[in-house]
Amino acid sequence: MTPPVTRRGPVKDLLGTRATRLLGRSVAGRKVRRRVTSVVRKTQFPLRAPTPPVGIEVRAVKKKTGADYPTEWARTPPARAARAALVETVLRPIVAGLARPDRLNADRLIDLDGPVIFAPNHHSHLDTSLLLTSIPRHLRSEVIVAAAADYFFTNRVTSTLSALTIGAIPIERRKIGRQSADLASDVLDEGWSLLIYPEGGRSKDGWGQPFRGGAAYLAIKANVPVVPVYVAGTRRILRKGSAIPRPSKTTVNFGKPIWPTEGESSRRFAARIEEAVAVLGDEIGGGWYNARLRKHAGLTPGLGGPAVSSWRRSWALGDRGATAARTRPWPNA
Amino acid sequence: MSSTPPTTGPFATKHDDRPTPRPGFVLDVDRSTPPILFHHGEGFRLEKLPAGRTRVVYGPEPKAGLAHPDAAVEHALDHPLDSEPLSALLFSGMRLTIAFDDASLPLPQMRRPDVRQRVIEAVLDRAAAAGVDDVHLIAALGLHRRMTEAELRHAVGDRVYDAFAPDGNLYNHDAEDPDGIVDLGQTRHGEDVTLSKRVAESDLLVYVNINIVAMDGGWKSTATGLTSYTGLKQHHNAETLQQSRSLMDRHNSELHKSVWRQGEVIKANGPKIFHIETTINTNAFGYDGPLSMLQKREWEWNARDRAKFMGLQAGLKAMSMRARRAAFINWRSPYEMTSVQAGDVDRVHEATLERVLDQHITPVEGQTDIVTFGLPYTSPYSVHSIMNPVVVMCWGLGYMFNFYRGRPVVREGGVIIMTHPTPNEFHPVHHPSYIDFFDEVLRDTTDPVQMQAKYEQRYAEDEWYRHLYRTSYAYHGVHPFYAWYWGAHALQHVGQVIVVGGDPTAVRRLGFRPATTMMDALEMASDTVGPQPTITHMHNPPVVMADVT
Repeated sequence: MTPPVTRRGPVKDLLGTRATRLLGRSVAGRKVRRRVTSVVRKTQFPLRAPTPPVGIEVRAVKKKTGADYPTEWARTPPARAARAALVETVLRPIVAGLARPDRLNADRLIDLDGPVIFAPNHHSHLDTSLLLTSIPRHLRSEVIVAAAADYFFTNRVTSTLSALTIGAIPIERRKIGRQSADLASDVLDEGWSLLIYPEGGRSKDGWGQPFRGGAAYLAIKANVPVVPVYVAGTRRILRKGSAIPRPSKTTVNFGKPIWPTEGESSRRFAARIEEAVAVLGDEIGGGWYNARLRKHAGLTPGLGGPAVSSWRRSWALGDRGATAARTRPWPNA
Repeated sequence: MSSTPPTTGPFATKHDDRPTPRPGFVLDVDRSTPPILFHHGEGFRLEKLPAGRTRVVYGPEPKAGLAHPDAAVEHALDHPLDSEPLSALLFSGMRLTIAFDDASLPLPQMRRPDVRQRVIEAVLDRAAAAGVDDVHLIAALGLHRRMTEAELRHAVGDRVYDAFAPDGNLYNHDAEDPDGIVDLGQTRHGEDVTLSKRVAESDLLVYVNINIVAMDGGWKSTATGLTSYTGLKQHHNAETLQQSRSLMDRHNSELHKSVWRQGEVIKANGPKIFHIETTINTNAFGYDGPLSMLQKREWEWNARDRAKFMGLQAGLKAMSMRARRAAFINWRSPYEMTSVQAGDVDRVHEATLERVLDQHITPVEGQTDIVTFGLPYTSPYSVHSIMNPVVVMCWGLGYMFNFYRGRPVVREGGVIIMTHPTPNEFHPVHHPSYIDFFDEVLRDTTDPVQMQAKYEQRYAEDEWYRHLYRTSYAYHGVHPFYAWYWGAHALQHVGQVIVVGGDPTAVRRLGFRPATTMMDALEMASDTVGPQPTITHMHNPPVVMADVT
């Protein structure tokens, strides 16, 4: 006997399956959930991915993450507009509340037109947000960020978020290759300015790391100036390894743009950029003219700190190493 | 290491979309000429001038600024005129003094970074390279009021201010400091020369000038900015200023001749001087933005310009005088540096004058019966202040009248018509002696020679004014006399001065006649120059200097 035919729509079809009914009751208990899992496991292609036939070598599919993640879409007008709105309405209030930034010497960039490379020291994830809200308005809208491919572009979600929110492009820092350099060079040629951390990563102990040649190489290749920037105080808020930010005060000091000289190697230029950033740091602590005096006398304190044992390096950080104190009334109020 | 882009030189000018700046010219007014713009204090007027007998003198359009001003400054310091490079004059252990022009320049204040900041930072960078520790920075203000912290920060920049002011090494010149002034001797004409003691005892004085009109710069910077009343009264007096024809023509100005003689004494007995002069263009109100139409020729105002002007007028009308002043005081001009030269004072100043005149000069044929000026909201002596009636007189008869070379624009016995509200108001902190000058001296006489003989010394040596000058932000007691003497040549030359829209009481106290409208003023002027007089309007902005043949 043929069962009676009843007309059911696709929704009813779906709701009517045993699996979905079970799903609906899944809150009931562990037993039910286990049954759901077993049903899901039993699903077949096309609901599940196909398994390759035995003996067939499957062609490797290139993963579109890491240095291969395509970021062109993040430089289109709609993405730029979204990013600008995000920076002004989300990042700026967060930075203002968390970092209370003191932005110094932006007037040094008043005659500057893009593209340029911003080369700051790097202590914290907060550095990028702080800089994106501190770079002078006439340059800000066309800044993209060189971000570590192995950290920010590990999967589609983080890649998309990084590209959208900070305009990140992936830079390979663990292996030598032309792909990242060519991408960065291309975006500079297109007129974009680049924010790149020449140290290659955040500080581990509060002192700076030697500047790598990437920013210098790009500046020479694209014939664009480098703006040295010194960022202070972000480590107190969100240092490497910590997850909870603690509000504190920060300072961003912009330096005069510097150009590579004729025939200058990227290593020498990188050293010059590092020296310029160190002088900016010295300006914050000791005043502009004293910093100039020390620079010309070759006495500018380096970013790397003293070459002594780790506890003495930590000791030498002084206030810079201190974590913002939690205010707790004493003794137990 | 060089910080210049490799593809451009230090004197490259900006290349933007702006058409090539046009030279100045003289417009003959006819029936189709639109109403002409006049400044009117913290407002503006559009005046329809009589056709067929009126001409309007327009200055050259703003010249293109330097594309890389910092590179130009560095080049000037390293390749000076008739001097060794600055770096060669600096050595460790020396006493270095850097003096700079005060808040009276430029007008209006320029947008950051100020030209002085650019130059001073470049000078200090070389001083740091040479290991110079003993550095003082002095605002060369003569008998002007002291600069406030905000004004100093604006002029030299926060970096320089924060590096020197906290230690007391950046300060205002004090012409009344009994221990701070030294006597350098007399000129060949017997004129006393005095100078700041710190400057005189320095191994090197670097003077940083910002030049907006031809009157500024040269030896006038040092000889008037860093001296005392004794040094200033040698040339800031009624007789010298009556013979200064004109103040803007350095080679025909008695004041400048006297100042240059003092310069000879400073050169012989004072410190070594490395002089730096900069010129800026006349871009006071910008090529775009809310006030850009002010520096366009009226017939070139498009619908947007006209809308902006009407909006501006309506807005100003709705505002109180206090709000209007605040709005204009906060305006910062987008001036651009057009040149910088350094080295020997005389060589540098000749090069500067060439640039300044190139920016300002418009040839004008023959004199006129009536000259008209629109007076703006600011003057060198009312920066961040109130333009009181004495300053109005000084600006109109001292500055605007003197913007000529050869002969005055108006004939002898002619009439000056100025537009300005001339409020009977004074800034009590900046201008205390002006108040008494207006009430006491002008009530008695408007003759510069008479007031000099009868009142000047008493005001100059008044202890209260001296105290306010030294410790507050007041102009020196004698300053209103100098402001009045500035117009001495014009007072001697013209037959009548009429102020359109001015407060009648204040205008009459100045010895001028008030008029309600421009037509009334022209009617009143015919009493002096006869019917159907010829009229010349000196259009401002931009600043224009007439080369009258």
